[in-house]
Amino acid sequence: MNKHTWLGKVYLWFVLILLYLPIGYLIFYSFSSGHNMNHFKQFTWLHYQTLFQDNRLLAIFLQTILLALLSGLIATAIGTAGAVMIDRLQQKRQQKVFLALNNVLMVSPDVIIGASFLIFFTALGIQLNFGSVLISHVAFSIPIVVLMVLPKLKELDHTLVDAASDLGASPHQIFSRILIPAMMPGIVVGFFMALTYSLDDFAVTFFVTGNGFTTLSVEIYSRARQGIDLEINALSTIIFLFVLVLVFIYYLLTTKRFKKNGKIGGIIK
Amino acid sequence: MKGQAEMKNKRLPGLFAIPYVLWLALFVILPILLIVWYSFTNTNQYLTLQNYRTFFTNGTFLRMSLNSFWYAFLITLATLLISYPAAYFLTKLKNQQFWLLLIILPTWINLLLKAYAFIGILGRQGLVNHFLQLFGLGPVNMLFTNFGFLLVATYIEIPFMILPIYNAIAAIDPALIQASEDLGASKWQTFRFVLWPLSRAGVESGIQAIFIPSLSLFMLTRLIGGNRVITLGTAIEEYFMTTMNWNMGATIGVILIAMMILVMLLTGNKPAHGRRMHHE
Repeated sequence: MNKHTWLGKVYLWFVLILLYLPIGYLIFYSFSSGHNMNHFKQFTWLHYQTLFQDNRLLAIFLQTILLALLSGLIATAIGTAGAVMIDRLQQKRQQKVFLALNNVLMVSPDVIIGASFLIFFTALGIQLNFGSVLISHVAFSIPIVVLMVLPKLKELDHTLVDAASDLGASPHQIFSRILIPAMMPGIVVGFFMALTYSLDDFAVTFFVTGNGFTTLSVEIYSRARQGIDLEINALSTIIFLFVLVLVFIYYLLTTKRFKKNGKIGGIIK
Repeated sequence: MKGQAEMKNKRLPGLFAIPYVLWLALFVILPILLIVWYSFTNTNQYLTLQNYRTFFTNGTFLRMSLNSFWYAFLITLATLLISYPAAYFLTKLKNQQFWLLLIILPTWINLLLKAYAFIGILGRQGLVNHFLQLFGLGPVNMLFTNFGFLLVATYIEIPFMILPIYNAIAAIDPALIQASEDLGASKWQTFRFVLWPLSRAGVESGIQAIFIPSLSLFMLTRLIGGNRVITLGTAIEEYFMTTMNWNMGATIGVILIAMMILVMLLTGNKPAHGRRMHHE
């Protein structure tokens, strides 16, 4: 048994090293004074200096984050309302139909989403720019928010809502005092998922963006097609650190969520 | 029940759901209708079956579909072979949440950056060839080959296979494994008749989460696979962005959707929740 776990650990370390190797490789060469990722020449901060003077790339970086935050917020609002609506449907069959429709964009390949949105925008005569990208990101982030929020509503004891209403609570009070707090953990996780969807998207943005707007993914794609540019390596280091911080926050939020969950459950049951 | 329904509906005005319903209509239903409509028309907006006729009579398209299926199969198989043991060993550890986080973390790094890293790693003087030279081998050209494409695609999908399988195995009652061992089953028998059937749901959702996106990869085939049109996804991108024949592109899209539905029927219709976490 002991030997077994030892072997397992070695294997897992192997997989982990494999998973982190490309990221480490990028970061390593971001400090090389050479021009390629083959031979490490001398240690230098040069690529970071060029990166921080590259106003175009920095602007794209900020645009990408702004896009993620905006689309995340809008998708969370619409998705949460959608979850409330689905939860209020009386027939199980209706709920199933709505959920199936909800999940269409979750299972469609990105190329299909991108291509069909491109047709959609062109058919409606909508210009391809920041607006079309924002709309698309909102659109593909909504389903995950619904999927994260809906279980929280299912967990909620509906007699609680009845009791509040019997005791004279207004719809607004029920919404803000009961539904919102019950949904909150799901809303937070849903928002985070929407953020990652937006930050990570390449294919859909590639299809629906015009000349005037680009995101980091699309920019890296077009630069990478031209070959190695160690400025991108420097950028990956920054993004890796950024992601580490985000993951840390996410980790804190989700562990807090479990604690909170226990508390709410304790009060209700 | 009915009384409750009426009460429930009175509580909140239905207006708040309008954006969601609009979203369903405009961004879920309408795009599907549009892509189907485009696939049945030609560039002059006339209804025609010509696109489908071209697809099914032109050998290139059929070969590409087969190719696409074959690569998606290989990617899924390789990912499964690497991920299943990893997921299994994960369930044996302490601090499983921390290990899981370590496995998920790379998926938060932009896919484009990881693909870009492989341009360096697989290059003629890259890491892999340095390594091979230690054994007197190489240099082997891996960048811009189908093998390189398979390798990178597998690398990218591994975490998305480990997660569902881990969840499935972690949910198995350890007493069942013990019982099987106590009753004299060999390691292989325990795996074959207890562990595998009980973790199958996880494997299936992993396959679903990987096979479908693998059919439609186009960024990786462009960056790593050497700019050739080897998957359906690349073909769609080509027709929409380069050739500008949207109708043919839409036709390939409809066929891709049909293949996707086929895969979902074969692996059980569970929506793969993590799917869009790794858009291509």
